Amino acid sequence: MSDSMNSKLEDRRHFLKTSAVVAGVTLGPGVLFFGVAQSRAPEEGASSNQRWGMLIDTTKCGDGCSDCVTACNTENGLTGHTGPQDSQWIRKVDIKDLRTGYVQSLPMLCQHCENAPCVDVCPTGASMKRADGIVLVDRHSCIGCRYCMMACPYKARSFVHEPLTDQNPEVPRGKGCVESCTFCVQRVDRGDKPACVEACDTKGHKAMLFGDLKDPESEVSKALKSSDSVEVRADLALHTGVRYQGI
Amino acid sequence: MAQQLCINQGECRTGQFFALLALGGLVVLGALFAFFTLEHHGHILTGMNNQIVWGLPHVFAVFLIVAASGALNVASIGSVFGKQVYKSRAPLSGMLALALLAGGLAVLVLDLGRPDRLVVAMTQYNFKSIFAWNMIFYNGFFAIVGLYLITLMDRKLKAWSKPVGYMAFFWRLSLTTATGSIFGFLVARAGYNSALMAPMFVIMSFAYGLAIFMVVQSSMYRWNGLRLDEGVRRRMKNLLAVFVGASLYFTIVFHLTNLYFAKQWEFERFILLDGGIYTKVFWVGQVVIGGIVPLILLFMPRSKDAQSMCFCFLAPFLVILGGVAQMYVTIVGGQAFPLVMFPGHEVQSSFYDGVVNAYHPGIYEWLLGLGGVGVTFTLTVVAVRVFKFMPQDDFQTLQARRSTD
Amino acid sequence: MARLASYLRAGLRLAVLLGVTALMAAPSFEAAAGVELPKLEKGKGEKCVEDTAFMRRNHMELLKHHRNETLRQGIRTTKHSLKACVECHASGKTGSVASSKEDFCVACHSYAGAKPDCWDCHATKPGKHSVRQAAQPAVSPLMPSSGGRQ
Repeated sequence: MSDSMNSKLEDRRHFLKTSAVVAGVTLGPGVLFFGVAQSRAPEEGASSNQRWGMLIDTTKCGDGCSDCVTACNTENGLTGHTGPQDSQWIRKVDIKDLRTGYVQSLPMLCQHCENAPCVDVCPTGASMKRADGIVLVDRHSCIGCRYCMMACPYKARSFVHEPLTDQNPEVPRGKGCVESCTFCVQRVDRGDKPACVEACDTKGHKAMLFGDLKDPESEVSKALKSSDSVEVRADLALHTGVRYQGI
Repeated sequence: MAQQLCINQGECRTGQFFALLALGGLVVLGALFAFFTLEHHGHILTGMNNQIVWGLPHVFAVFLIVAASGALNVASIGSVFGKQVYKSRAPLSGMLALALLAGGLAVLVLDLGRPDRLVVAMTQYNFKSIFAWNMIFYNGFFAIVGLYLITLMDRKLKAWSKPVGYMAFFWRLSLTTATGSIFGFLVARAGYNSALMAPMFVIMSFAYGLAIFMVVQSSMYRWNGLRLDEGVRRRMKNLLAVFVGASLYFTIVFHLTNLYFAKQWEFERFILLDGGIYTKVFWVGQVVIGGIVPLILLFMPRSKDAQSMCFCFLAPFLVILGGVAQMYVTIVGGQAFPLVMFPGHEVQSSFYDGVVNAYHPGIYEWLLGLGGVGVTFTLTVVAVRVFKFMPQDDFQTLQARRSTD
Repeated sequence: MARLASYLRAGLRLAVLLGVTALMAAPSFEAAAGVELPKLEKGKGEKCVEDTAFMRRNHMELLKHHRNETLRQGIRTTKHSLKACVECHASGKTGSVASSKEDFCVACHSYAGAKPDCWDCHATKPGKHSVRQAAQPAVSPLMPSSGGRQ
């Protein structure tokens, strides 16, 4: 109880802080800065003033539609094969309520937890969280022990089981390391949305909203504030960056 | 030349010694072959996948590591609790602990996705990770037990064996606690996520380690045509029975607790009733072969002189088999059970959500896993041959003590 | 704790270093003396981002530093980025820096006896998004660039 009180207070504080920043920036030279996100100069690193997050509305998610999955595979150079040893960064999950029989379909991806178990358990620190909340694997120090895959409550991670070639230059990946959704960090850093979100928009479903959770004016923050949403496995108190509506 | 090699042997059975060595070497070579093949082609050749991420190699590795800590038990009882019978067995116990740990770690390392980055694993530590702490405990175990062995075997350093023995005792308790916690700290999975994992691994390590010690000891005595003193035999037998009983007790408490929690029912149903191979391995392997049968054998009344009725080899051997079964159920069974993401929902996806994950270990996993046993076996055979590890009992004191014990 | 860790690390590094030095002694430059110097294809740009002699010795340090900054802190400058190296040095014939023996990276690394594992994960050919272009991002209608500090 007191925890959630604290986090509310914390949210409030961030709200005030961010509003101040936003106000300051709007008064600054020339440009208007409102939008889904604020992109930054290349030499500026990811900042803890931002927290990237996503809101997925399952009522808008198309049953049988998997455009987000296809877009992810194309962007990140995955084969799209679904054998037990193939990588899947995002997948469509169909769930049926056992008591009521209500059926839903939703995309499941790395939830980019604030208290990420994969980051906690990684022996070398290869599993890491950026200042802006994006959880990544540093393949330069990943030893391929797969403990993070044991620890992840969302089965979000895959292990690369065979040698790879012709990777996307922006998305290095290779044999023997663990990998997962990066929120398309290469796109986010240049001011674009993740590929899955863009594909969902293009399809016209608009079931996935992406943006800065710490910016009260962002579309995602406003949507989160105006209606109820939940974390998957909220009991674990991981404070995920991805939240769902309609489940 | 060869004559000089046999220090402990009553008769120098050099041919047989080299045969054993060749056998162990062959198994180790098999593991190396598997390692280089996987290093080149990737884990695609194994039965492990994105659902069962830890397979047979980990079953053997964790078993050997846990047993390593337990094998040191005999030495600890000697040095820490001052029992003479165990003191004379301390060097053998320490050596076995090192050989077992070496075997277990070898498998663990050879199965890594990037074994070439071992240096990274040894130099970059995330201190929030219990796995990182385990690396420190494993490396420290080698150093401390190595030192302990030196103090035990060098006459001049004998006085140090007690303090170093204490240190080794606490160190290996920490080690097994940490190893159990690798599973205990996994918050998301129904099969783990329990503080009981740590003490359960500690007590199981006592049983597995002592069982391995007894098997090796029996083999050494038989090899040399000697007969283990009846009193020593009885003590170790009773101790093993206590450990096996305690392991069963922890298993019962673990499952009873789960049976009380409605959210754990599905998992318990899986392990205890309808989990196919895992249910069988649990009941037949872990409970019956590894628990009940050894207990019956150990407590079976028998006439004192009947050499044929001694189960000092068979009973501990069954405990070892049961131990491997337990690790299989804990490690693979825990992953085979579908991860619960949406309680109260039926789940379906292309990523095998909501289904019992299949695992068919391939030849490379067997080679890797057995290779760990091979490393332990080879190291033990060589060490026993080259150094003086045969327990040196003072039979007069034993006789005198028997009346007082 | 942090100090203990750093001591531990220092000690281990020393040990590893000694081991590696012993192992690496053989394929050093002296050993390769008699072997013809690799003929390297000229890069596409006018000149390299640093002095050639400096790059020859220190490119790995620059790359390592840059990779950590990019991955862990999200700093996306292009001067010392591997992608930028690949863009300039990809061979005219193979389009890659490491697919044939004459390609830029391989030619020199095999001469020097170095075996970096960059290409296990990184692409050896330039991608669709040019790095140079990315340095001045096009203004996206949805996410306007602040073009500087916030």
